[in-house]
Amino acid sequence: MRPLTEAETRAVFEKLAKYIGENIQLLVDRPDGTYCFRLHRDRVYYLSEKLLKLAASVPRESLVAPGTCFGKFTKSQKFRLSVTALDFLAPYAKYKVWVKPGSEQSFLYGNHVLKSGLGRITENTAQYQGVVVYSMADVPLVSAWPLPGLGGYEMGHLPHLLFIPQGFGVAAKSTQECRKVDPLAIVVFHQADVGEYVRNEDTLT
Amino acid sequence: MAALRVEEVLAAAEEQEAEKRRSITVEKELELEYDLGNLLAVDRNPPPAAALRGAGPRREVLLRALARDNTQLLVSRLWELPAERAGGAGGPLVAQLPEPTFRLPREKPPPKPRPPTRWEQFARLKGIRRKKKTSLVWDEQAKEWRRRWGYRRAGGDPSRAWLAEVPAGADPEEDQFARLRREKRERVARNELNRLRNLARAHRAGSAVPAAPLHPTGHQDRDELRRVARVARVSTASLGRFQPRLPKESAEPPSRSGGKKRRFEPLLGNLAAERSRQLELLRNMGSKKPVLDITRAVNKQMRQEEAEAAAANKGKKQSKRGKRGRRQQRPGRSGKKSGARRQPQQQKPAGGGTGG
Repeated sequence: MRPLTEAETRAVFEKLAKYIGENIQLLVDRPDGTYCFRLHRDRVYYLSEKLLKLAASVPRESLVAPGTCFGKFTKSQKFRLSVTALDFLAPYAKYKVWVKPGSEQSFLYGNHVLKSGLGRITENTAQYQGVVVYSMADVPLVSAWPLPGLGGYEMGHLPHLLFIPQGFGVAAKSTQECRKVDPLAIVVFHQADVGEYVRNEDTLT
Repeated sequence: MAALRVEEVLAAAEEQEAEKRRSITVEKELELEYDLGNLLAVDRNPPPAAALRGAGPRREVLLRALARDNTQLLVSRLWELPAERAGGAGGPLVAQLPEPTFRLPREKPPPKPRPPTRWEQFARLKGIRRKKKTSLVWDEQAKEWRRRWGYRRAGGDPSRAWLAEVPAGADPEEDQFARLRREKRERVARNELNRLRNLARAHRAGSAVPAAPLHPTGHQDRDELRRVARVARVSTASLGRFQPRLPKESAEPPSRSGGKKRRFEPLLGNLAAERSRQLELLRNMGSKKPVLDITRAVNKQMRQEEAEAAAANKGKKQSKRGKRGRRQQRPGRSGKKSGARRQPQQQKPAGGGTGG
């Protein structure tokens, strides 16, 4: 485990900035504690100082994952964001996309979002902008894991959780173009979805 | 008795004469090939079989005879060459050898190609190639083809230029002619310096340079001085660890492994400093956003086009829309726009909401 170098930090922040813009400083500089990024076996983890001190005493081969994995650096040193970062991206996301219930399942299986499945999209989304994908179901879905800071499974009492982050992607078309394009065109490229927790259970840290 | 002895003597003399004459004529099947410029004679006759097989003293005698015969032939050819007396009447007779025809192999190894100059390295890096230039240029003033440079070049004689404009922003009192002359002198000097440097570099690359002197001489260049300074710094008892830095030296100590092993920040180093560095990095990244917002420009253009299209179709297609057209229009228009308006305007900073 080691801190990120200058170039690596820049790569990570540039990727995060695509989804949350200047809100990254809310992740870096938090009022409730010192949080930092660390690199362990090519994966970038986000963890608190207290956890860092505990993880530092674990031998390198035995350490599986300190903190939350935000993504990993590929062999050619490109940073790839993974779905485990969703809980941190979703609250700060600048551009959001709501998916209709019918095609939400398709998205969770790893397919792109078509125009026919698009419910709403934030105004002024640029092309190739990072977006967080939400579901639009009338019945709020029970998530399989407790969302941080909000207690256990009491979904029904929390109205602002009617829209549940399903994953994130990249807008294939800007908002204006989305209005004009035909129903079978791709509007959001799939990057990560919560279905990966089940599909890639072995490789996710 | 005396007559016999005389006869014997005469016979012996006769035999000797014959022997001498015989010895200068050599019979050969194939003529030898002569290269008198190299004093070379090549004998292509197959040697007697006994000379090839290792037969001991007989072989030695045969080979000697062969060598003598061939040498005799070569020498008789040399005697046929035009000769003169070198150094006046009493000097030795000297034959004038013709040009050698046989190509001898190299005595020494071929010279190594010279290393590329600084410009050649740069050009190779950038992929710049030589543009073929014509040797003559059309001179408009003289209305004829003139050389590109040199005697009577196109563009007139630079030493007879009678006008030198004062460039904008220059001192009006300055002598422009003197300036031009001075600049030319400087250019020539710089060119000469670079040429000598290239030569020195080539020469240095060719011969392995012995250990450079460690004290400053007047003729060391930047790289040598840097090397010498590094040696000087490391030659202390603590191997240069507590040595004060020179004013313009880099702050990090030279790595022992020569830059092969990477060094990282400590794991639990100063976290506050790390945080401030990251915030600084974010600020720098943020400031570099382009001023022109592509999306807004594109959206504006599209809205303009839509408006134009709507205005054009208004007169023509109003009747055609009918029930179906209006029905299709409405859900699309209301869904997107109201959804966009309905989205929460504030981003609540989830300070305590997320994370561990």
